[in-house]
Amino acid sequence: MNSRIGHIAFNTFREAVRDRVLYNLIAFALLLSGAAILVGEISIDIERLVVVNLGLTAVSLFGVLIAIFIGIGLVSKEIDKRTLYTVLSRPVRRWEFVVGKFFGLTGTLVVNTFFMALGVFLALLYVAHKFEKMDLWVLGALYFIVLQFLIVCALALFFSSFSTPLMSAVFTFALFVIGNLAEDLRGFARITHGTEGWLASAIAYLVPNFSALNVVSQVAHGDSIPGRLIFYNTLYALLYSAMAIAAAVLIFQRRNLK
Amino acid sequence: MAAIEILDLEKSYLVGFWRKRPKIALRPLCLSIEEGEVFGFLGPNGAGKTTTLKLLMGLVFPTAGSARILGREMDDSWVKSQVGFLPEQPYFYDHLSARELLNYYGRLSGMPAKGRSARVEEMLGRVGLSDSAGVQLRKFSKGMLQRVGLAQAILHNPRVVFLDEPMSGLDPMGRREVRDLIQQLRHEGKTVFFSTHILSDAEALCDRVGVIHQGELRGVGAVADLTSGTKGTIEIIFYAQHVPAALTGLGADASVSGTMVNAVLPEEHQEAALEVLRRERMKLISLAPVRNSLEEYYIQKLRPTDALQADSDQESGRPEQSRKGAGA
Repeated sequence: MNSRIGHIAFNTFREAVRDRVLYNLIAFALLLSGAAILVGEISIDIERLVVVNLGLTAVSLFGVLIAIFIGIGLVSKEIDKRTLYTVLSRPVRRWEFVVGKFFGLTGTLVVNTFFMALGVFLALLYVAHKFEKMDLWVLGALYFIVLQFLIVCALALFFSSFSTPLMSAVFTFALFVIGNLAEDLRGFARITHGTEGWLASAIAYLVPNFSALNVVSQVAHGDSIPGRLIFYNTLYALLYSAMAIAAAVLIFQRRNLK
Repeated sequence: MAAIEILDLEKSYLVGFWRKRPKIALRPLCLSIEEGEVFGFLGPNGAGKTTTLKLLMGLVFPTAGSARILGREMDDSWVKSQVGFLPEQPYFYDHLSARELLNYYGRLSGMPAKGRSARVEEMLGRVGLSDSAGVQLRKFSKGMLQRVGLAQAILHNPRVVFLDEPMSGLDPMGRREVRDLIQQLRHEGKTVFFSTHILSDAEALCDRVGVIHQGELRGVGAVADLTSGTKGTIEIIFYAQHVPAALTGLGADASVSGTMVNAVLPEEHQEAALEVLRRERMKLISLAPVRNSLEEYYIQKLRPTDALQADSDQESGRPEQSRKGAGA
């Protein structure tokens, strides 16, 4: 990685840590330990299912909220506070700044997810008293959740490159919700014809397909994740994020920093 | 070699919600600044000083024209490594300490790891922040932030330094230190381009000044030339409780302040005025010719363009014609 991108990424990560973003882990730990204890008391034979479902959904929700609320300010906050001026007056290209900020935020989310994943496995151990082979697929689901974060970060960055923080949050969250219904949209597009069909297909393929990246329920039931799905989802998330970042860079390259 | 060459640099923004109309921030600007020169860019608030600096730093893009720094295009990476910039009312990452911030900027400027820490400490000492180097910037006062801003601008030993209102937010001691710092930069052979509306700073520091108003460069001149001429009047200060009538008769514009009188009168009445003081047994404190000041030049250049045009035509006897560019 270009060293300037690395320095910007590290500074973004350090800012998130010092602004106490990782304090969400405390809320997560409380939620999960409370749930594990409660589930242990009242459930029979479905403890694992409940903990995996609840744990992974919480990981996804906490991460997405962090990705949106930090992502929308990554560029706009630097412009508003004018911290960007002393960075861009150095031998730093605008695209390096955007990419560095992206990596910084995704790095923060990966660290955050790592600790949350530890929490999920501890809760699993608490309710099941041992690990099973199928618990490995929980790691796969966590990996898909990280891929979701990549896309959400990239979208937040894209919207924040031309819109206000509030509108960027609305757009990103709306796309996250719609993206979770992408498979339904595609199904709808298949049964629709003419202009409406074409339009439905365009929208279905344009919005990020978060539903393909959501295997929480599958994993909670102990089902495996096909290797092909891992490959395609990885490729899809990387390409989608790269396109969103490229669009953000294109807009930011032309932007006057008033 | 010219350190900074600005050629017809121009900036306008589109304003308005429904019906967009252009708002001119900077009219075509031509300016050349030699290497090693300290240049003051003067003008009231909103004159176009910050816009010019932002254009030179690549933070906003010109509507037309171009600029070269050290002979290369301003967006060239090498140029950026040779340039230091202090923005107006700077704000920095407040989660970092001054030391961490300077290290971060040092890395971004491509400073080698070896020697970077020593240079950071040297800069912190130079701006008087060694004792607060480990404190997060969110706890810094405005003046301390300005000092951090100055340190980051010269951290990587740039050849050209751009300072936007460097004295802003500083107390008298801080202003004095910044003045000393700019003098040091001059002695090190750096080119300094700084904007200000504090004329005494410009007069004390600059080789040349440019006056900008309403986005238009109204004049450029060497400070020494602008302040060397006399105005054909003298200023006499003497001990007295009242202004002698004979002095008023010589056309003196006098005022009493406590036990002193300050009188300005035409140079040709100098001997007569001294004779009046001798006759009245009044003790002379000082007598000096009244010199042109930068302030007068500045005020003159800020007058409406039409008035300037009329003055210029009157001086040269030229008929009225369109005025383009600017000169002293």
